[in-house]
Amino acid sequence: MTIDLRNVRFAYPEAPERTILDIPRWSISAGEHVFVHGSSGSGKSTLLNLLSGMLRSPVGEVSVLGQRLDQLGDRQRDQFRANHVGYVFQQFNLIPYLHAVDNIQLASYFSKGKSAGSVADEIAALLSRLNISEEEWLKPTSTLSIGQQQRVAIARALINKPELLIADEPTSSLDQENRDNFMAVLMSLADADNTTLVCVSHDMSLSQHFNRIDAMDEISAGGTAD
Amino acid sequence: MFLRLATKSLINRRGSVLLTLLAMAVGIFVLLGVEHTRNQARESFANTVSGIDLIVGARTGSLNLLLYSVFRVGAATNEIEWESFNAIASSPNVAWAIPIALGESHKGYRVMGTTQAYFDHFSYGSQRKLVIAEGQPFTDVYDVVLGSEVARKLGYSLGDELIVAHGIAEVSYALHDDSPFTVVGILAPTGTPVDQTLHVSLKGIEAIHIGWEQGVKLQGSTELRESSDLSVLEPDHITAAMLGLKSRAATFKMQRLINEFADEPLLAILPGVALTELWQMMGVLENVLRLISLLVLGSAVLGLAAMLLASIRERDQEIQLLRVIGAPPLFLFLLIELEALLITAFGVALGALVLFLCVVLVDDWLMVSFGLHVSPLIFSGDSVYLIAAVLLATLVAAATPSFNAYRRARLVD
Repeated sequence: MTIDLRNVRFAYPEAPERTILDIPRWSISAGEHVFVHGSSGSGKSTLLNLLSGMLRSPVGEVSVLGQRLDQLGDRQRDQFRANHVGYVFQQFNLIPYLHAVDNIQLASYFSKGKSAGSVADEIAALLSRLNISEEEWLKPTSTLSIGQQQRVAIARALINKPELLIADEPTSSLDQENRDNFMAVLMSLADADNTTLVCVSHDMSLSQHFNRIDAMDEISAGGTAD
Repeated sequence: MFLRLATKSLINRRGSVLLTLLAMAVGIFVLLGVEHTRNQARESFANTVSGIDLIVGARTGSLNLLLYSVFRVGAATNEIEWESFNAIASSPNVAWAIPIALGESHKGYRVMGTTQAYFDHFSYGSQRKLVIAEGQPFTDVYDVVLGSEVARKLGYSLGDELIVAHGIAEVSYALHDDSPFTVVGILAPTGTPVDQTLHVSLKGIEAIHIGWEQGVKLQGSTELRESSDLSVLEPDHITAAMLGLKSRAATFKMQRLINEFADEPLLAILPGVALTELWQMMGVLENVLRLISLLVLGSAVLGLAAMLLASIRERDQEIQLLRVIGAPPLFLFLLIELEALLITAFGVALGALVLFLCVVLVDDWLMVSFGLHVSPLIFSGDSVYLIAAVLLATLVAAATPSFNAYRRARLVD
């Protein structure tokens, strides 16, 4: 099991009476590509933050890649995320004033502490596979198009060869053509490395790329309030 | 990677960063500048006189004696009998004695009557003797040797004649215009009050006062002087004397002897001790300058903290992104501290560089206009500590924005 959640109940400390998530049991096996859809406010982002270890669940078990994230300390969860989890957001995936190579190197810097030289080849290979032309590699990412930025974001998320890739509305800022392009690249890369993929979106048209589709309100009983 | 992220982030916000850096550079410039000026002033002050063991004058305050004998500031309250001077000068402990007679002036510059011993024994700085740049010491009664500033400001050269005024007022109506002096020598610049002094022989001082016994020019004084034999003139009084002793060990004994001199009330001072006393009186001014420069610097450091604090708000997404790719909150704390430290370090470098250039550029002009040499070595022992303190203050001031980044890093969305 890549992901196994049991009896997770989560509320933010600021509003303890408002349960955002209430998940009796939810699991994903290795290599699965899961599409999670739900309206905004259904607790999607909170769920992803629990999986990546940004948040810690005080109740229940959150097991990712065999690690009980609910039992790890802050520093350990940061390290776990750097080593094992890739993350792609809707936007602001890159530090705008760094160029693509620096952005990707930064991600590997927080991981196992590989030297910049040893990952340079991997970065070049990834960027080529993602159709980023070489002259764009050393430009500040703020000068790239949104489509290019999202593809660099995939490279940034995959540089540490994470077992789990999380995508949070990754295509919402893209047009139709870029969206299809993005999803195709994402899927092929995830397949190639047998990466487990969890993608959340409200855009049901993305679901065609996935073999498993979960609805947020089936996973969790909470999060009804908006 | 850490340093690279910090520098690139600063370059990305170059507008506000540059202004903050300039404010820091100005603060450092003022602080180091004040510190350097202070050190140089103290040094040049202590260098006004050296190699003189005792200064003797009529009984007065030791500061007053120092001021009028060395700095040519103020006036003597009383004089020394020539016999007393001779008695002291011939004492077995005394190696040499320089008599000084003040009271005349020329266009605001003091005229000092003395003897050849002055050129032989007076020294300043680290035991540097006076050097005559042009001409020679006075030999004739109406010869005058000019300090370098007097010659330059008033445009005198060798062979020029000048008239000495009675008294020390800048504008004087009692002129010794019947007995002009001839410039025979011009001293090299020393950066001390010597540069502002006209040196004549004691005989010259006596000669111009023949017929002036009432303090004003009397009828027939010129004729009286012309009929006198000037070569045998001896002064009745002098203003002060500088002594060099055969052995330093005799200093206090000699001082006591002079202070207990039977024939008239005299005072002997050790120049070094009196200089220190005088410098201490200026300590308040020093501290005020220091305080002001610290305040300027303090406001620069606070400005830096404010700039960083404002930037944290703009960088919310950046912080979240760094968190997601695995940066621990401590990393963000240190990142902001590093950014602050970089700004301060560059500010220090810039401020010090500009100060160094200023000192180098201004040095020539100071030497020419005031005979002052300012060392371009702006880092004294103290300023290194000051810079360390500034860096420390930066770390402390940047703790607020850094902690802010840390706290935001711990919040999710």
